[in-house]
Amino acid sequence: MKRLFAALLLACLLAPAAQALTVQQVTQATVPIDVLPFRNDAERARFRHLTGQLRCMVCQDESLLASNADFARQLRGQIFAMMQQGQSDKEIKAWLVARYSTFILYDPPLQASTIALWFGTPAILLIGGLVVAVLLRRRTRPADTITEDPGEDW
Amino acid sequence: MNPELGQLALILALILSALQCLLPIIGAWRNNKPLMETAPSLAIGQFVFIAMAYGILTWAFWTNDFSVAYVAQNSNLALPWFYKLAAVWGAHEGSLLLWMLILNLWTVALVVLGGKLPRAFFARVIGVLGFVAFGFILYMVATSNPFGRILPAPANGADLNPVLQDPGLTFHPPLLYMGYVGFSVAFAFAIAALLGGELKATWVRWSRPWTNAAWAFLTIGIVAGSAWAYYELGWGGWWFWDPVENASFMPWLIGTALIHAQAITDKRGGLRAWTLLLSIFGFAFSLLGTFLVRSGLLTSVHAFAFAPKRGVFMLVYLAVVIGGSLALYALRAPRVTGGKSFALASRETMMLIGNLMLTVACAMVLLGTLYPLVGEALNIGRISVGPPYFGPLFLLLMTPLVLALPFGPLSRWGKADLKVWRRALVRIVALAAAAGIIGFIIGVRSWYGLLGVTAATWVMTGVALFAIKRWREAPRGKRYPFEMLGMMLAHFGIGVFIAGAILTRSLSVEQDVSMRPGAGTVVGAYTFNFKGVSEVRGPNYRAQQGTMLITRHGKPVVTLYPQKRTYPGGQVQTEAAIQAGIFRDLYVSLGDPVGDNAWSLRVYDKPFVRWIWGGGALMMLGGFVVMADKRFRLKHAIEPETVPARPDPVPRAKLAEGGA
Repeated sequence: MKRLFAALLLACLLAPAAQALTVQQVTQATVPIDVLPFRNDAERARFRHLTGQLRCMVCQDESLLASNADFARQLRGQIFAMMQQGQSDKEIKAWLVARYSTFILYDPPLQASTIALWFGTPAILLIGGLVVAVLLRRRTRPADTITEDPGEDW
Repeated sequence: MNPELGQLALILALILSALQCLLPIIGAWRNNKPLMETAPSLAIGQFVFIAMAYGILTWAFWTNDFSVAYVAQNSNLALPWFYKLAAVWGAHEGSLLLWMLILNLWTVALVVLGGKLPRAFFARVIGVLGFVAFGFILYMVATSNPFGRILPAPANGADLNPVLQDPGLTFHPPLLYMGYVGFSVAFAFAIAALLGGELKATWVRWSRPWTNAAWAFLTIGIVAGSAWAYYELGWGGWWFWDPVENASFMPWLIGTALIHAQAITDKRGGLRAWTLLLSIFGFAFSLLGTFLVRSGLLTSVHAFAFAPKRGVFMLVYLAVVIGGSLALYALRAPRVTGGKSFALASRETMMLIGNLMLTVACAMVLLGTLYPLVGEALNIGRISVGPPYFGPLFLLLMTPLVLALPFGPLSRWGKADLKVWRRALVRIVALAAAAGIIGFIIGVRSWYGLLGVTAATWVMTGVALFAIKRWREAPRGKRYPFEMLGMMLAHFGIGVFIAGAILTRSLSVEQDVSMRPGAGTVVGAYTFNFKGVSEVRGPNYRAQQGTMLITRHGKPVVTLYPQKRTYPGGQVQTEAAIQAGIFRDLYVSLGDPVGDNAWSLRVYDKPFVRWIWGGGALMMLGGFVVMADKRFRLKHAIEPETVPARPDPVPRAKLAEGGA
């Protein structure tokens, strides 16, 4: 049994290596490629980060970065042009929101309709934390008063 | 073979599932042995008919029987044979049939391996699974019959969606369903325990290997899906916080919490009610995942089906299962808190922190996934919730978990051992900091990347220290029982995963370029030399194929052939070519001709991306290894515990005794 698992473990670790040996995997993509003349890598990274945070309005749950739709292509060009004019991410987003509403933002701004979205998680964490704290208070004892031998060392 | 026979088989399976739900549970209730003993034969009978239906549908695909509407919509004459087999679950109706077949496989496995469980308990478990099956088969028969005909039959079918013609599709759904449906076993155990008023926590030990198996399948199913998205969507992402991914991730988070809660209940008797609740929610989230994807409620690339009738049926089913179980839980859950007390710096506390963070993370994902739907329903405006919401919140919630992770195994049950803590903390901090510094020296510059290196080392060092401690302290031959070995593998896998996820993000180099044949571009340490484009033919497509020679310091590394395929239906698919490696992937995809013989191309150097899935594979392996532990083997038939459903409150001391 142990040997079997050793073999399995080995296989698991070697699987990526085996893949490296198969010279290539032909795979699938619907890739949006537009050749934009970025000045440097930082600008390229900024562009990718920004377009990754925006929804392609005509697609089903795809970001501007990932979408191949004409809408996304045009908007990518627009955003690139605005970046070249020296506009900040904030300014670009404001322009997009003015034009397409906050639906285009994948991180909706805090407003009346998104209070539950943004504060829901901290609230749940707080409640859960309190429950755990109460449980710990009730069930824990100071270390030196515990004399029983733990039934299982593991 | 006649497809109508398949429908008949489905209806027979429906009748058997109804009986499988009723007879054993009534038998267990009235203590009627013959009724209880119907459970195995009914379960096997149902399996036979579902397998028959599945076989008949597969046969229809194999023989190109386009008079079956489902086959005509999802297959054609030119489709390669292996995609014909995979096309069975390529769309709504067939994937439900696969879901059912897998539920039957789990049930039959339980019939075969669970022979030593107390008869009444066993009968209830099978009965609950019968109930789950009944709902699903009824759903299929009423709204999603895969055997419907179209007359006259078309001469050729449409095609399987080209996006789905990928080896990834072959493995992703069955593995994911193995996980989803596998949680039905833990669910059935929990409901059976509630129905029978089991006060002792022994049932938890019986269900642990099943939960671990389901969790391991779900893990690898998610990994396969992530790898598939990486290949298919072609911009190098591997996780998108897409609603459908979230749907599979929520049961995973709950399942992870559950396997740890079960360990506490099994070994220390504590958290019984919590374990019951997680067992219910693990399966509830699996059903929710199936519902979200299958109802077409989410408009996402995964949601192929849309029909309101289907959605409403699923919603009612979901409400019955979840509402019913929670009502039962409210009535029957053991009110008395059991289990042994523990010190603050004990393993229990660490596992509680982990459980808390995992369930809160699940709640966060649920909130973000459903919020846009609720927002639309309440008409408070259309809201998008995406990666910039989930990503940072998830990272924040996982930070305490990752920090606590090494100290779970290193701590002791019940007692605090501060000396061990202090020594371990010094070493872990030192090594993690050293890793951060080394990372900085070899070129990781972003705070994010450095955080990743540190966190990954933190986790892996913790596992290593535990292995050393165990080696020193435990007697030979008893050092690493399978349960512990599995834990170590899975925890180490988390470290590998963190390293992969974060290093890929901070070290990747990617470029969109236009190139003429003969041109070259430099990406990181590599030069990509474009040799031109030629025409090739595949089994059911034509393609333009680029040739890209990649060199490093002037020496050839590999030649990649990215394609752009045109299928008979007119769909165009670009096919990236990837040189996969342990330390980096080199990735090329072909865009469009941009005039003057030049093509647009996307080229990537993605370091450590395989570690993401390697870490996932280790976690899966860990889950399976745990199952092999001796403690889960039932040595002899267990005498039934006849405890009244609502007992008088049991004194604490007695309970602690019972739970040990």
